[in-house]
Amino acid sequence: MVEFFNRIFGRQNSGATAKERLRLVLMSDHLSLAPEMIEAMKRDLLDVISKYVQLDRDKVDVHFENQDDALAMLANIPITGVNRNSGPKDDSGTGSTPPQSGSTSKKKRKSTNTPAAAT
Amino acid sequence: MSARKIVFTSGKGGVGKTTTTVNVGAALAKRGHRVILVDADIGLRNLDLVLGLEKRIVFDIVEVVEERCQLRQALIKDKRFESLSILPAAQTRDKDAVTEDQMRKVMDDLAEMADYVLIDCPAGIEGGFRNAIAGASEAVVVTTPEVSAIRDADRVIGKLSDRSLPMRLIVNRIRPEMVRTGDMLSVDDVCEILSAELLGIVPDDEEIIDTTNRGEPVVLDETTRLRVIYDKIARRLEGELVPFTNLDTTGFFGRLFGALKAG
Repeated sequence: MVEFFNRIFGRQNSGATAKERLRLVLMSDHLSLAPEMIEAMKRDLLDVISKYVQLDRDKVDVHFENQDDALAMLANIPITGVNRNSGPKDDSGTGSTPPQSGSTSKKKRKSTNTPAAAT
Repeated sequence: MSARKIVFTSGKGGVGKTTTTVNVGAALAKRGHRVILVDADIGLRNLDLVLGLEKRIVFDIVEVVEERCQLRQALIKDKRFESLSILPAAQTRDKDAVTEDQMRKVMDDLAEMADYVLIDCPAGIEGGFRNAIAGASEAVVVTTPEVSAIRDADRVIGKLSDRSLPMRLIVNRIRPEMVRTGDMLSVDDVCEILSAELLGIVPDDEEIIDTTNRGEPVVLDETTRLRVIYDKIARRLEGELVPFTNLDTTGFFGRLFGALKAG
């Protein structure tokens, strides 16, 4: 019943809120980087990627994990379409075409070792 | 054969480290193993009290280290079990009274007398913590599904991995009904956030307050609900693959018996 009302009024359950808050604060602890900086990095990363492909920003998941003695950044970014005319030389950001018809959500798993962040 | 030396740690205080150490230790002893519980919280002695042995203490770990008594003299045998003893902490001494090397030596000596040496670590990540993990060969991290406990557990896990200590997680005081409604982090959430392997799930049950008040481990009484829970943890430590019960079941039956079936 509580769940039902929460859903109607768009209020998130506190368990989910706790999970989100912990993820961000642990990322920040591991990187010794302020939570705001991590959010800014995530935003910039998505801005760059969206020059080439179209993203579902609401479903993006970026987090850090310890893998083989190094800290790895894992990004799960659903792609909804491709920007055909854009490329490295296009700085205007205006040359995008509409998404391909029937484009499906593709998931891209990007693993980048960040040695500078390994503490 | 030398014993496994397992440190029970958490970072944050008050999550149930001592209670967990005592009850897992008692469950292992009940299963026929020789178990020694070590109270590494020097200055804040409590393991003896939780186990109901507070009146029988003569010597403590600091006196052993300072060679004012034999190690065997300081061990207190729990008469309710055939094979459970404790090495008490000093109550009136400071954490600096022992060094990491001294702890390592005592743990190695204890390992020759037992199958399992369980070390109850003090809260925090300073000297007392470093002493407690120095003599251990593996670790159990105890946490509760709360933001502060999980953040501290994460810090401790980092420290343990710096020392290459293998580690598994016990999630204590889970309330299945709150998890079901989304108002508490689930066990899966906690394991995912901490990237840790699960060793046990202990539901929040007022029974533990009652047994701790009396100084009786839950495994002593065959009728206790939590007995099964700690027995499962003991079996997993032995290496048996014991399935975890899903606490998040939504059915009427699941809700009614959620706490009973947990583990």
